[in-house]
Amino acid sequence: MSDNLEKIVSEICTRYGNDASRMMDVVRDAHARFGFVSSACADAIAAALKTPRVEVESLVSFYAFFAAHPRAKVVIRLCNDIVDVMHDGHKVWETFEQELGIKTGETTKDGAFSLEYTPCIGMCDQAPAALINDVVVTRLTADRAREIVRELKSGSDPAGLVKEFGDGNNAHELVRAMVVNNIRERGAVVFDAEDMQPGTGLKNALAMSPAEVIRAVKTARLRGRGGAGFPAGMKWEFTRESAGSFRTVICNADEGEPGTFKDRVILTERPDLLFEGMTIAGYAIGAEQGILYLRGEYAYLQPFLENVLNERRASGLLGQNSAGKAGFNFDIRIQMGAGAYVCGEETALISSCEGLRGDPKTRPPFPAQRGYRGQPTAVNNVETLCCVTRILEKGPGWFSQIGNGKSAGTKLLSISGDCKKPGVYEIPFGITLQQLLVKAGGADAIAVQVGGPSGSMVGPKDFGRQICFEDLATGGSIMIFGPGRNLLQVVQKFMEFFVEESCGYCTPCRVGNRLIKERLDRIIAGKGEKTDLAYLEQLVEMVKAASRCGLGQTSPNPVLSTLKNFRQCYEALLLKETGGMQPAFDLKEAVKDAENIAARASVHC
Amino acid sequence: MAKPKLATASLAGCFGCHMSILDIDERILQLVELVDFDKSPVDDIKEFTGRCRIGLIEGGCCNEENVHVLKKFRENCDILVSVGECATMGGIPALRNTIPLKECLDEAFLNGPTVHNPSGRIPDDPEIPLLLNKVYPCHEVVKIDYFLPGCPPPADAIWAAVAALLEDKPIALPYELIKYD
Ligand SMILES: Cc1cc2nc3c(=O)[nH]c(=O)nc-3n(C[C@H](O)[C@H](O)[C@H](O)COP(=O)(O)O)c2cc1C
Ligand code: SF4
Ligand code: SF4
Repeated sequence: MSDNLEKIVSEICTRYGNDASRMMDVVRDAHARFGFVSSACADAIAAALKTPRVEVESLVSFYAFFAAHPRAKVVIRLCNDIVDVMHDGHKVWETFEQELGIKTGETTKDGAFSLEYTPCIGMCDQAPAALINDVVVTRLTADRAREIVRELKSGSDPAGLVKEFGDGNNAHELVRAMVVNNIRERGAVVFDAEDMQPGTGLKNALAMSPAEVIRAVKTARLRGRGGAGFPAGMKWEFTRESAGSFRTVICNADEGEPGTFKDRVILTERPDLLFEGMTIAGYAIGAEQGILYLRGEYAYLQPFLENVLNERRASGLLGQNSAGKAGFNFDIRIQMGAGAYVCGEETALISSCEGLRGDPKTRPPFPAQRGYRGQPTAVNNVETLCCVTRILEKGPGWFSQIGNGKSAGTKLLSISGDCKKPGVYEIPFGITLQQLLVKAGGADAIAVQVGGPSGSMVGPKDFGRQICFEDLATGGSIMIFGPGRNLLQVVQKFMEFFVEESCGYCTPCRVGNRLIKERLDRIIAGKGEKTDLAYLEQLVEMVKAASRCGLGQTSPNPVLSTLKNFRQCYEALLLKETGGMQPAFDLKEAVKDAENIAARASVHC
Repeated sequence: MAKPKLATASLAGCFGCHMSILDIDERILQLVELVDFDKSPVDDIKEFTGRCRIGLIEGGCCNEENVHVLKKFRENCDILVSVGECATMGGIPALRNTIPLKECLDEAFLNGPTVHNPSGRIPDDPEIPLLLNKVYPCHEVVKIDYFLPGCPPPADAIWAAVAALLEDKPIALPYELIKYD
């Protein structure tokens, strides 16, 4: 048995050249083979990769999709994002629990099923959703949950749960998913296929010098679509000019910001546009390698994307003398993630690509100076790279005149929540929130979360503001909250998410977010008072200022923005007079254990 | 004009902070010129005799009686100061906070290697205050106005803080008084 294990592990490691920096892939394959990474398996991997065992254990313990203890054959991951909650997700979750006879977080006695919660899996427009092993199931109801359990119990493979395929490439034989695209509005850059000429962008780029390509991207005024909005051309220039022995292009397809799902639709419908963009980026910065970092939740797209890459290789667009350009040897590999939001942060993402825990690195040095394997690296979002292809195809002037004059181009927005038409909207920058709400059929909104939990929550007085870099910036997530929604419950959910996803490296984020959540819980429980708001304000500033990476620096935003825009929600819950006591302290509760042990009642309660 | 009153209490502490109060040495004479001691172990007054300007608290709350005393202090003092690590954070007593109460008591009175307890009973005289499920720092039970760090805070820090509070001036603690390495 153990000989066998070593043999299998050794085969897996050989597949990745016994290269310790490919440990993500090794562990992923081993995990798929054995269902978990046992102690013996960790030993075998460490031996084969010639790395300390603790590196393997550390990696396994970091990612939500890896386990060091036996997990069930079928792992059901219930997406418990706020949008799923709003769509009666709890009814679905309760049904799964009842039907399986376990609580979420447990495994059935026979080892057949595990139930877990997972944050946003990128299906907010078709919530409630769940991942059953790698299979995505959407639009769940209690009835459907019952059927699913029945089918699985009767031995059906999770893939068999998909009865009807979604539209477009969701029905492709390598995808076969029930996911739907929900493209509600096609804009000129990414989704309007009418005048798109695949391959032209790359051809034009290769006819130019790399410096000219970078200049074109600068002239187009392309800014990053992943959230931070950094000018793409400038990033490429830094990367090109940094000294190093090789350079790398990384496409960030981690799409972990709750409420964002537009990259999923690009990956499904426009993979060539993306890979062309990556190739152009590779040419511009002088890279030979591209990495697509694909979130573990989108594993169902992996075979399809691998196939697209193979086709590009076959037609000479990748590999030796890519696209016929002598001396330009560029190829792309896919790096699968494994369920960690922080890996969307570019330095954590690089750690993950290097076969490490997804811990962010200290910046500076920035990835453009020292990124993947210590060499200059350009990390860009999926949508950003698609824009690149179109800029090189149609010219920077064409691109920069789309938008509101300041922010150039279109933006893909993932709209979900209380609206009639959730889905992906490609819209020129400059649209007001109000216009957007009307389009999506959510004009009666009481609040909109722009940019996901790390963005901000705004109310009707801000609905006249524009979606653009200069005003309301967003990586794409737009969550709509209709009349009657409890906004503080939303904030609570977001803080729960950050507490869960903090990598734990630095204290302000690891501890600070917990303290914020505790104080928020206290207020929501009706035990807060005025000074708690002041305390929250102080804490929020501290966590933002003292955290090491973008996660901690933005994690207090749900509280910060609602304290600013929805202060009345907090104030309505505050106690008036407390006489100097702390209402959250409950003496009765605190002496209960001792009362039981001593078998007498407290004289003070 | 009557002198302002000062009260002190030791809750779940080791009395080290009170020792530090006494460490102000001959300045205690100056202090009694400035204030009257009210409820305090220093003069053994058990109950408040009137409203106090300042209450100094050593130790956090480990039992119901501590809570009772602390609440009385809050009701009777204008300014309440957590003095020392135990009052501020729970300190050494809070080391038990990760262990269930029953386990703590069993270890202390039944199972510990040095325990001699032929009766096999955990002390349960009604005179003994019931323990809380964990040790709470004072500010989780009542509002605390100031925190003096240290284990114990040096006498000079206590003196500087009390003097400033009595004179209604900002408390200026030089670096040397709050540096602990
Ligand atoms: C916690 C955290 C999560 C992030 N998640 C993503 C993500 O899922 N996708 C993405 O493109 N950028 C994400 N980013 C931003 C990236 O760090 C980086 O700025 C971006 O990928 C750069 O690409 P761009 O300039 O093309 O936008 C995240 C940042 C933080 C701090
Ligand atoms: S801010 Fe949070 S996620 Fe970022 S390094 Fe610190 S603990 Fe990790
Ligand atoms: S802070 Fe130190 S000196 Fe003061 S009571 Fe606690 S242990 Fe004793």
